[in-house]
Order: sequence, then C-alpha cells, then structure tokens
Amino acid sequence: MGMTITEKILAKAAGKERVQPGELIDAKLDVVLFIDVTGPAAVSMLEARGIDKVFDREKIIVTPDHFQPAKDIKSAELHKRLDDWARRHKIKYYYKLGRAGVCHALLPEQGHIRPGEVIIGPDSHTCTYGAFAAFSTGVGSTDLAAAIATGKLWFRVPESMKFVLHGKLGHGVYSKDVILTVIGRIGVDGALYRAMEFVGPALADMSMESRMTITNMAIEAGAKSGIIDFDNVTKKYLDEHLKDKKEYTVFESDKNAEYILVEEFDCSKIEPMVALPHLPSNAVPVAECAGKKMDQAYIGSCTNGRIEDLRIAAKILKGKQAAIRTIIVPATPTIWKQAKDEGLFDIFYDAGCVVSAPTCGACLGGFMGVLAEGEKCVSTTNRNFVGRMGHPKSEVYLASPATAAASAVEGKITDPRKYL
Amino acid sequence: MTKAHVYKRDHINTDEIIPARYLNTDDEAELAKHCLEDLDAEFVKKVKKGDVIVAGEDFGCGSSREHAVWAIRGAGVQTVIAKSFARIFYRNAINNGFYIIESPHAPDGIDDGDELEIDYKKGTIKVINKGVSYSFLPLPGFALEIIEAGGLLEHITKTHK
Repeated sequence: MGMTITEKILAKAAGKERVQPGELIDAKLDVVLFIDVTGPAAVSMLEARGIDKVFDREKIIVTPDHFQPAKDIKSAELHKRLDDWARRHKIKYYYKLGRAGVCHALLPEQGHIRPGEVIIGPDSHTCTYGAFAAFSTGVGSTDLAAAIATGKLWFRVPESMKFVLHGKLGHGVYSKDVILTVIGRIGVDGALYRAMEFVGPALADMSMESRMTITNMAIEAGAKSGIIDFDNVTKKYLDEHLKDKKEYTVFESDKNAEYILVEEFDCSKIEPMVALPHLPSNAVPVAECAGKKMDQAYIGSCTNGRIEDLRIAAKILKGKQAAIRTIIVPATPTIWKQAKDEGLFDIFYDAGCVVSAPTCGACLGGFMGVLAEGEKCVSTTNRNFVGRMGHPKSEVYLASPATAAASAVEGKITDPRKYL
Repeated sequence: MTKAHVYKRDHINTDEIIPARYLNTDDEAELAKHCLEDLDAEFVKKVKKGDVIVAGEDFGCGSSREHAVWAIRGAGVQTVIAKSFARIFYRNAINNGFYIIESPHAPDGIDDGDELEIDYKKGTIKVINKGVSYSFLPLPGFALEIIEAGGLLEHITKTHK
C-alpha cells in the first residue's frame, strides 16, 4: 500500500522507511515557532526544571504577535520574558517590534518554511504552513517546552482525508469562500485528529497567499494539519523567499495511498460565503444573510491579512466611504510597507478606515478593535466563537476580504461581486 | 464528594473555557478565577475541589492555549468527561499529567449535580445517586506513562536520564 504526503514527511522525520496512521512516532523538528502568548510559559516550565538550553538556536523562530505592541502591563511582562529568553539564547531569527508580525504570515514571507519539513508552533493556526507541502501543526506550551529542549516531539500519525477541488473559482469568489464551504460541509470536528490533503485544478490557479488561507483554517475543521502539493507556484515563491538554507525535499502522495474519506467540490459553483455566529461551520452563501447590519469590518489576521487581501479590499474601497468602523491590519511589516508603497493606505484613509500596526489584535479579542455588547463584526479572520472578538454577546461573521470590504461600504453584509 | 457540572453541548471551545482577554498571564490561580466564564459565569462560584466537568463532542476546540487546561485544573476540577476532545486540548491535558475521560455514552446519562465515583484503573464512572455505571476506555499506554510521570516534561527528564 502507498503512503500519503503526510505519512512520507512524518516517516522521514521519525527516521523510518514508512509509517501508518495510528502509529506513535518521535519526530525530529525542523522549525519551532515561539510567540508571546504561549512561549513565555514554556520557558518558565523549563526553568522550573533547571533546563536552560535550546536544541538549535537557528531553528527556533521568535516573534511577538498576539498582543504586540504590548496592549497592557501584563502583556508587556510576557514580551519582557520573551525578549530576555531570546537574547540569552542568542536566537538567530528573533523578530523584534518593527520586524515582528503575525507569525503565520511572517514565517513563509521571511523564508523559514520549506517543503518536506516538520514545523510546530504554539498556536492552533500553525497548520497554515502545510500550503508549502510541509507537515505543520499547532501545540501547547508544554509541547513547545519539550521541543525547545529536545528538538523532538511525539505524534500520532494522522489518517488522511482528501479534498478534491475541481473547476475554477467564479468572479468575486476566493480561497476563503472555498475553505468556508469545506468546513460548512464537514463540520468543526469533521476532520478531528486528521490530515486534510487538498488537491485539484482549482488550486493551480491560486497564489501561495490564497493557498495559505485554506490550510490556515484546517484547524477549524478539527484537523491536525492541512497540506497542499508542491508545484511551480510553490517553487516560485520559495525561490523568491528562502534565505539561508535553500534545499528541500518534495514529497507527494502515492497513487495507491489510503484515505479515510474523499470529498469532491465543484469550485465553479461556490458563492461568496459568510460563516454566521458562532461556529466557522455555519457557512452560508452571502445571499442568505445579505442586508444584515454590521457595526464593524475587520480585515487582517493570519487567515487574510496578506498583501493580496489588502489589494482586494482596496479595490472595493477605492473612492468610497466605509459606512461602519473599518480596521485594516497588515499582517507583517513587509506587507505594511508594500501596502503603503502601493498607495493602499491612501485609499483606506480616504474611505475612512484605520490602518493598524501588524498584530493578531482583535481577531482573538485582544485589542485594536474589540467589540462591545451586542455589536456585530464582519471579519476576515478564522473563528467566530462566542466572545471571540470581545463581549460574549457580540457576533462575528467570517468572510473573504472582498465580502468584508463590500460590507464595510454598505454597513451591512453585502455580495462583493457588484463592486468588482 | 465528586459533583458533576454538566454542559450538554458540543464544541465547547477554548474561548469559552478561558477568554483571550485573560491570556496576558499564564498564572494558573489567576486563570482559574475565569474558568468557563463566557459559558457559565457562575461556574467558579459553584465548583469545589475534585468536581468534574461533563460535556458533549469536541470539547476544547479552537486555540492551542494550554491556559484552558490550567484554568480547569486550577479551578480544582479533577477531570473532564466528554464524548470526544479536540486534538490540541487532548494533547495539552496529557502533557500536563491531567487525566481526561472520553466516553461516548456517559455524558448523556449524567445530569448536573449528580454525584460521581470514578475508577481510573478499571475505567468506570459510577453515578451514585442513580445507581448506574458507565465504562470508558482507559487512556492508551503512552499517554498513561506521561500522566504517571506527572507530565511530558517529567517524562522526558526521566527517559533522557
């Protein structure tokens, strides 16, 4: 029997010829992410046990992002602990304020993600990097502590599910609409403990940015990881972004690999989608909720805060006025500068929007756009759980940057196609 | 007495278990004060040391924040019984040496306020006031090893010595 791409990557990391779903392995880690909310706790755990070492100072990538710039005294303390530790261990890739950004946008952009590698991070959306034909998954602080000290982690090899994306996306329909459709069909635990493998012609037309939106939300279906094959689009991105180590191994699934489930989608039939409160799986075509009044639009996050997303939003907002509070959050300093250089900030300013510094910010109800009781926000983020962006009685409507921007213009949920 | 606090719902997520507005600290006692705050603001007032949380499918879905496990443990909760757990929460619980119980049937038969007796070795949950029992599959061997060691880091320290 053949192996899936995920099984092949994990077999290599475990130093084995082959692995099968359900098997427990000790995997060597290629990249370990470290962020402000969950990282300092890992350091405290290690220190409490008298362990003050890192397995490889060049393989741990550090960036504050969730609450950066510090939103209050307690988060400033977290940043201080992060900073002390990163300096003490001479972490090679430590992105300080000014270069720090939303981790899952920052790491690929700065050339830290390579195909065939195993990446872990103390943030659930670490599954994003699967867009580069890598295995990547989110873990907690204890796992991070173990990873920092040993460069290894235990994993149960996941069963794989295949999602075949046929056809071409229609005008005004984006990868966010695709992943909301997928989650809408299988549910928030539809891929629990499993690897979601996305294949099919619709992906060939997508940029790496668009693909990352898809793998980013694998966790919203409960998955351990999401993964997309390597192709020329991947290669071009890597050629432009990889810095130090430029070699990598490309794996692909065998023809006779085994899948626990195969789901097919005709992407030409997918409409702009909105996930209604309070689950990402409550996805409906925009027509079903168009006209619903909003109080705020939020365009940013590791899901949709990249330059392509800001360009789409700017295209719709150009020459118009936002009818509601509209917050634009470029995910990294590079994206921020790119948007500024391309004149997007002028468009946003003229439309009455505010542009913030790179941060996870209000996506998780941290700061920079937290909601009051009863308020509704159309957001390009990834989760719309109760209280996610603020008050427990506020509501989050997940959508693409186009739908969020069109909704900002009208102050209510709006089909973006009439503005494109 | 081990009392059950029952939430007959699926997908109780990490934002409900410990909202992000409290993630600016990793102090367990501090987090415990806000355990389940957005799901049941009364929970921290009702819960007593050794009590149990009971829920449906996919408990702990969402964020990777280990703060969710810390808040629950810090509130004195002995274990969580759910029909299934989200993967990162499951991992975090084991890594913290916190035994959680997956049982497809028990959550349907337990009501709020029921008195429980749990035998982890035999894999049984007795609902004392109803005189019924449910069985559950004990955690797999590797997870038990980690839990018996007191958590992943203790386990690693032991096995690497």
